[in-house]
Amino acid sequence: MSDDINIEINGMPLQAAPGTMVIQVADEAGITIPRFCYHKKLSVAANCRMCLVEVEKAPKPLPACATPVTEGMKVFTRSEFAIEAQKSVMEFLLINHPLDCPICDQGGECDLQDIAMGYGKDVSRFAEKKRVVPSKNIGPLIATDMTRCIHCTRCVRFGQEIGGIMELGAYGRGEDTRIGTYMESAVSSEMSGNVIDLCPVGALTSKPYRYRGRPWENQQRETIAAHDCVGSNLEVELRRNTVMRVLPRENEAINETWLSDRDRFSYTGLYHEQRARHALIKQGDQWKQVDWQIALNYAVEGIKTVQQGRGSEQIGALTSPSATLEEMYLLQKLLRSLGSHNIDHRLRQLDFSRSDIAPRYPSLGCTIAELEQVEAGLLIGSCVRKDQPIIAHRLRKAALNGANIMSVNAIDYDVNFPLAESIVTAPDNMPQTLAGIARALLTLSGEPAPADLATRLENITSHDDHLAIAKHLHSADNAVVLLGTQAMGQNEFGELQSLAELIGRLAGAKFGYLTEGANSAGAWLAGAVPHRQAGGETIASPGRHAGEMLSQPQGAMVLLNVEPELDSAYGSQALRSMQESDFVVALSPYISDSLKACADVILPVTPFIEMSGTFINTEGHWQSFGAAVDPLEEAKPAWKVLRVLGNLFEFDGFDQVTSEEVRDELRAISGEPPMDNQSAWQCPQLAPAGSGLQRIGHLPIYAVDSLVRRAQPLQETTDAIAAAAYMNEQTADAAGVGDAAYVLVQQDNSEVRLPLVIDEAVPAQCVLIPYGVTGSETLTRAYGPIELQRG
Amino acid sequence: MMAQHKKSASKLPLINDESRAEIDQWIAKYPPDQKQSAVMAALRILQDQNGGYLSEDLIEATAEYLKMPPIAVYEVATFYSMYELEQVGRHKICVCTNISCKLCGSDDVLKHLQQRLGIGPGETSDDGRFTVKEVECLGACVDAPMFQLGDSYHGKLTPQRIDEILDGLD
Ligand code: SF4
Ligand code: FES
Ligand code: FES
Repeated sequence: MSDDINIEINGMPLQAAPGTMVIQVADEAGITIPRFCYHKKLSVAANCRMCLVEVEKAPKPLPACATPVTEGMKVFTRSEFAIEAQKSVMEFLLINHPLDCPICDQGGECDLQDIAMGYGKDVSRFAEKKRVVPSKNIGPLIATDMTRCIHCTRCVRFGQEIGGIMELGAYGRGEDTRIGTYMESAVSSEMSGNVIDLCPVGALTSKPYRYRGRPWENQQRETIAAHDCVGSNLEVELRRNTVMRVLPRENEAINETWLSDRDRFSYTGLYHEQRARHALIKQGDQWKQVDWQIALNYAVEGIKTVQQGRGSEQIGALTSPSATLEEMYLLQKLLRSLGSHNIDHRLRQLDFSRSDIAPRYPSLGCTIAELEQVEAGLLIGSCVRKDQPIIAHRLRKAALNGANIMSVNAIDYDVNFPLAESIVTAPDNMPQTLAGIARALLTLSGEPAPADLATRLENITSHDDHLAIAKHLHSADNAVVLLGTQAMGQNEFGELQSLAELIGRLAGAKFGYLTEGANSAGAWLAGAVPHRQAGGETIASPGRHAGEMLSQPQGAMVLLNVEPELDSAYGSQALRSMQESDFVVALSPYISDSLKACADVILPVTPFIEMSGTFINTEGHWQSFGAAVDPLEEAKPAWKVLRVLGNLFEFDGFDQVTSEEVRDELRAISGEPPMDNQSAWQCPQLAPAGSGLQRIGHLPIYAVDSLVRRAQPLQETTDAIAAAAYMNEQTADAAGVGDAAYVLVQQDNSEVRLPLVIDEAVPAQCVLIPYGVTGSETLTRAYGPIELQRG
Repeated sequence: MMAQHKKSASKLPLINDESRAEIDQWIAKYPPDQKQSAVMAALRILQDQNGGYLSEDLIEATAEYLKMPPIAVYEVATFYSMYELEQVGRHKICVCTNISCKLCGSDDVLKHLQQRLGIGPGETSDDGRFTVKEVECLGACVDAPMFQLGDSYHGKLTPQRIDEILDGLD
């Protein structure tokens, strides 16, 4: 850059943009300046003074983190003057710091330890009493030892600037300053674990990892997070083949330096007592532990029997949307070799009406980083903050920059950035709402309405808030319309999709999906759908989709990491369908009672940390990873199991030796297609909303998959939402249950008794009953009409 | 479920009409999106309303009224020594012990108060009439040694002068 200015650090000539701080220039040039409070992703507080350096012509040492460069500046980081200043600061910082390094979890990776070694004096002159600060319990994820705190306020700034809720603060003053939460409350941010990484000392450490290991004993392996479509980069730390903890790996394009709590702490479910360690087969009512060969043969025989007796079209397979590309590819290959197209990963989808016109794979429609630049954004059916915390963080940055982020949701979700507009309406009224916005945009843009829409729009009025949303989207040069994970689970998904895409097109905005699981994009490309081959080619006579397979008994079923009643939108109906199917092979990392009730063979497979594979994230980015640890006991990666099953059936094309070979085989078919969400127009019906009570089946953050559901510390947080019937006061009163503690919820032929919770975030005539959590799985559909009684 | 939306009882009714009107005057002095600038005034007003100290509920009411996180209000309330977080006596005596007053005999002031009231710095008399506090320079060094009693300053203190002042109180 031409307007760069010249400075010199330790005699080294450097260029920097005006306004850059000395510490940034030094960092880029690889010159170490010690620091505690400065962090490149946080605002400058300049309160620790550890970064003092000598600047020519300045009479006093200056803090490098808060001193902007000026032309001709000469900085010395290791001059006698600088060293003396650094030593003095270090001495002050250590005055009140306890000498408890031997019992401190930060030991070995502590900035204070390291910097004291590098920049401190060797003996302390402080002989007076040190201060002691009582620690607070701030929840199940973060352990606190506040006597160790050096008041850098990184954790406080994180809450204000990144987490979006200020939960930690610095109260009192001077010698009496304390860092803590208000009263004794737990932190509730879904990104809270990041303060563990930020805290330069051992004041905030990981509670699940407490006293479990020393950093220098751990080995590091790289992998990719498996719980949302972002694909955050992870570093897994292990010791003696056991996962000790998980840390973020910096990737500026994806997760920057951050990690959601779900990705950070899900590993705590790895060694749950329900982990499948051996192969099991059911004989009569008895489960028998057998060796792999017997179990595999048993599975093959069972499937063959169904195939011969009832035909290939009676065989089906369901996979978790968070399975790897390799697993999905081989699973569909196995099924298709068996002569069946009954395969799906859309277990939480209720509406399959627009499958045919779906894009090759659903994606964000722009890169994750680009979200920061938008001027306007519309979220539809998205609890983005809990569904994809990293995406919410990017949108938050945009919003704080002045972007108008807006939402149309079935719940008044609590977001951590300002919303320019927010419409909360019953799920079955969401298409009407989007139609109102589309109508306003048709007027604004002067474009003709697509086929058939004009007549259907006649009964739709654009209200003021529809108009406001349309205006914001239309006037922005860079806007995005995102269809969220919750919307994709609604009965109205198809209509919402058409309308959302139309809104995007009319507004000249990008249109994207926030899909569930880690690999929905991969599932589409790998052919884990009944109507498309691997690579995306359409199949003339498609197989059954997840909705059909989960609502009726089948012949033979193969389940890949699926707990039917919790991983689907169909609750007990899914479980019953599997139970009544002739033969069920479950490839599962966990064994639950309900899995035992429906499966005939359980093949122990590994969670993502124990295998190699690939996830395609929401940007269409293929991220391959190796196994971080060896499989537990006899568990095996599912791609290997599927390959051996292919061999046992004597099918061609199951000879891959590595997961890379499997991936490359798929890539040869599919290529790495860029993001493209365009689909053919299919006019929505826009039927008027129903009049009775309806269920909203929100999927909570810590209910998304088998591993997360078993991560105990996450289950103890306030985000682990319990099964209950949440409704607003008016709805409860109208239903005559206002003063009841429990209600009986009836849906189709199912019913369940749940505690009643009054919650004004739920719109009228709606009852929020989360799914994926124990207690509500007896119901049979995540959304739809219900009845209520006092229970 | 969405914690913030749950109807946890609002603390706003704790702010009486008079205080509310006064706080609103302060809010009006700042741009509409910077309501929180009125936090110090609001805390002072509510402290007066509450007989000299701030309860947890009032801190939460302030947070709710100014749309701030409670911890942020708590930071302010704990930072400034003129906010009281526990009940204080009807008469609060803030004795300056900073350098000028110290040199001019603030120790004697404290000693006399201890003798007469039976309480030292940070203590409240059993009858709830007096609280004695030690504070830093109040900017009245010309009259050292001095203390602040309620809202007024009293300087050039001697034991007799202190007795006269205290005798005049209810
Ligand atoms: S707890 Fe850690 S991060 Fe927070 S202020 Fe103290 S030292 Fe800094
Ligand atoms: S790093 Fe510069 S003052 Fe703390
Ligand atoms: S030192 Fe007491 S008023 Fe200044």
